[in-house]
Amino acid sequence: MIEKALRGNSNYWMWLAFLGAFIAVGGICYIRQYLFGMGLTGMGRDLSWGLYISQFTFLVGVAAGGLMLVLPYYIHNYKAFGRITILGEFLAIASLVMCLMFIMADIGQPIRGLNMILHPTPNSMLFWDMVVLLGYLTLNVICGWVILTAERKQVKPPKWVYIFVYISIPFAVSIHTVTAMLYCGLPGRHFWLSAITAPRFLASAFAAGPALIVIACLIMKRIAHFDAGKEAINKITTIIMYAAIINAFFVCLEFFVGWYSNIPGHKHSLEYLFFGLEHHGQVYNNLVPFMWSSVLLCFGGLGVFAYMKITKTGSDLMIGLGCAMIFIALWLDKGLGFVMGGLVVNPLDEIVEYYPTANEIAVSLGIWATGIFLVTVLYKIAVKVEHEVEG
Amino acid sequence: MYNKGTIIPGLIIFVLLVTFPLWFNAFSTASDVPKVELPPGGEKQCVAPAAEMRASHMVMLNEWRDEVLRDGKRTAVTVGGKEYRKGLQMACMECHTNKEKFCDSCHLYTSVKPYCWDCHLTPGQAKKETH
Amino acid sequence: MDKQRRKFLKIAGVTALAGIGAPAVVKLTASPVLASSTGKTDAHGVQAEHGSGHGAESAPQGVRLGLLIDMRKLYGHPELLDKATAACNKVHNIPAIDSKKSEIKWIWKTPFANAFTDQTAYHSSKVTKENDFLVLCNHCDEPPCVRVCPTKATYIEKNTGIVSMDYHRCIGCRFCMMGCPYGARSFNWFDPRPYIKELNPDFPTRMRGVVEKCNFCGERLALGQEPACVEAVKEAGAIVFGDLNDPNSEIRQILDKEHTIQRQAALGTKPSVFYIV
Repeated sequence: MIEKALRGNSNYWMWLAFLGAFIAVGGICYIRQYLFGMGLTGMGRDLSWGLYISQFTFLVGVAAGGLMLVLPYYIHNYKAFGRITILGEFLAIASLVMCLMFIMADIGQPIRGLNMILHPTPNSMLFWDMVVLLGYLTLNVICGWVILTAERKQVKPPKWVYIFVYISIPFAVSIHTVTAMLYCGLPGRHFWLSAITAPRFLASAFAAGPALIVIACLIMKRIAHFDAGKEAINKITTIIMYAAIINAFFVCLEFFVGWYSNIPGHKHSLEYLFFGLEHHGQVYNNLVPFMWSSVLLCFGGLGVFAYMKITKTGSDLMIGLGCAMIFIALWLDKGLGFVMGGLVVNPLDEIVEYYPTANEIAVSLGIWATGIFLVTVLYKIAVKVEHEVEG
Repeated sequence: MYNKGTIIPGLIIFVLLVTFPLWFNAFSTASDVPKVELPPGGEKQCVAPAAEMRASHMVMLNEWRDEVLRDGKRTAVTVGGKEYRKGLQMACMECHTNKEKFCDSCHLYTSVKPYCWDCHLTPGQAKKETH
Repeated sequence: MDKQRRKFLKIAGVTALAGIGAPAVVKLTASPVLASSTGKTDAHGVQAEHGSGHGAESAPQGVRLGLLIDMRKLYGHPELLDKATAACNKVHNIPAIDSKKSEIKWIWKTPFANAFTDQTAYHSSKVTKENDFLVLCNHCDEPPCVRVCPTKATYIEKNTGIVSMDYHRCIGCRFCMMGCPYGARSFNWFDPRPYIKELNPDFPTRMRGVVEKCNFCGERLALGQEPACVEAVKEAGAIVFGDLNDPNSEIRQILDKEHTIQRQAALGTKPSVFYIV
């Protein structure tokens, strides 16, 4: 089936070349980092996790988001999602590849990465994260590929593959739960030490992942004559709305706990993220504009959706706009604020702000470009198969 | 056969390329087996027979490392009445004082790049910078 | 032909998976690993020592090395704190990197409010306000860094209770730095060697990409010497080192007599470093 990705019009190739340029620059920057050390990043002794890990965290969510298509279709037999569940599975594959690349970019001794398998340590959440991420990746590769092959041959998928589909559902939940557990079990990191971290991650994942799929569907409708169907898109936007609202609700709960308990440690990170944190006469607030953009975009996106639902109207443009707003809002919230906010106050109550370096940003963009490249190719294959079947 | 003119020269070039390491070694001096350098201090006995050391010194070093670091078994090794602490710097390099001749010559020959010296100090480094 | 190829691919795939998975399975089921998890009780018998509520104190067994810093003997002598730090830096080939972002510290001085973040600094005494305090790895009995390490590159050394690092195994994920509530760990953001002023030939340096921290001078203890920081301030007798599980040790004698505090004791990490302030 891979040969289907090798034929496309000039726009397709231009797009891949465009992404390729980012990948090349990212690759070169990674080699620089590999040869010199992690000192080329903006991370430091006090802020020892940064952009890489936060991107990883966000992308685990995007991967888990595909669940919102798989679950209704396979468990509740919701037929309208029939054409697009494959998109959810393929998005999960690309996101997980990005996740693994971000992890590799983040560790100081990548050559020793296999020590995780050579010296397995069940008490480490990172070990379990590796297990569930690799498991979910394998499951999605199996399910996506087998089901697409069956569709192409116009036969029913073999029965055994449904076992993997059903297993993949708890796995999708587990990848983001375990990723949350990387953070929420650490003593002395107040912002992260919250039982609501995992549910909050899941809620934002179930909004961000589907939002990206809707955007992809709308683009493919224009350029590849692939129509996901009005009902499907409508239903997904409803799911996105609820998930985004639940996420916002959870964030508000964090505010309540911080301010009502009045425990400084519980307030510091939120103060830093939303209002600026004052310490020894200096105000630290470099993320404030980003976080308020996140709030505005989130409620803006919800407003767009609400307007469409109430008036029962809505163009593709509006749907796309709403999804993009929510996706960016959640990226700012989780892909930026969560990790940096949690680390701004170090264990010795010193404040350190984080600024990623150009090299670090280029590596991150390169990994994102790799993921988008992969999504493009996989979606190309999926759409071509659909077209072939429909003749 | 079609395209005889391109296929046969192509095959020859391919075979030459694939066998490059073989004939390169045959005509160059890079393949000379390195000469073993005995300890300049004249010690005759090592912690294990020479053949065993040659074949599995890396295994022993790993075992020593785990014993010293993880199990706290730092008991010294006694060779010919002389005591050595377990460790690359503290035992091996005490006698084999020339890292370039003792370690590098064989490692270069076998194209092995151990990362020992990223952290451990060679006798030369240790002396030069601490006098 | 096609069928054969498929069969081959299937077999190859399964074999590859088994090959990758086998070491994990073998390691998980092999006894040494299990032994290390059960071995925890014999060396760290002191349970719930400072917890007032439930949890009976089990009989102390094995050795658990600890440190007592008598700040009363260090007040007004910042040069002694620097001396302890300098001695450690020299013995352990710690690079002198002049940047807060990339610096490497094993033992260092910091104001009271930073060392004891859970204690109030409001209307604190003149002595507390004007003096710095020595901080270092607490060699916890329940170390979060060991809990989170995905490769057992950091672990409790069974015979001493020291929280050790195996720099050969560390993959540099810095999860331990996230887990440590004392900020006691440093990462080598680049090759540290050019920043080491004077090499100690008896101790290795570190390489870039690994995390490092205080090792309670395990290598010196093996030679019957005291930790470098203890030795450095010997004339003041400000730091006492010894076995917390031995009722006759000097450190226990003082602990039994004096009121001591620990950093972040409420987090349940059971630190082995005590302070008299």
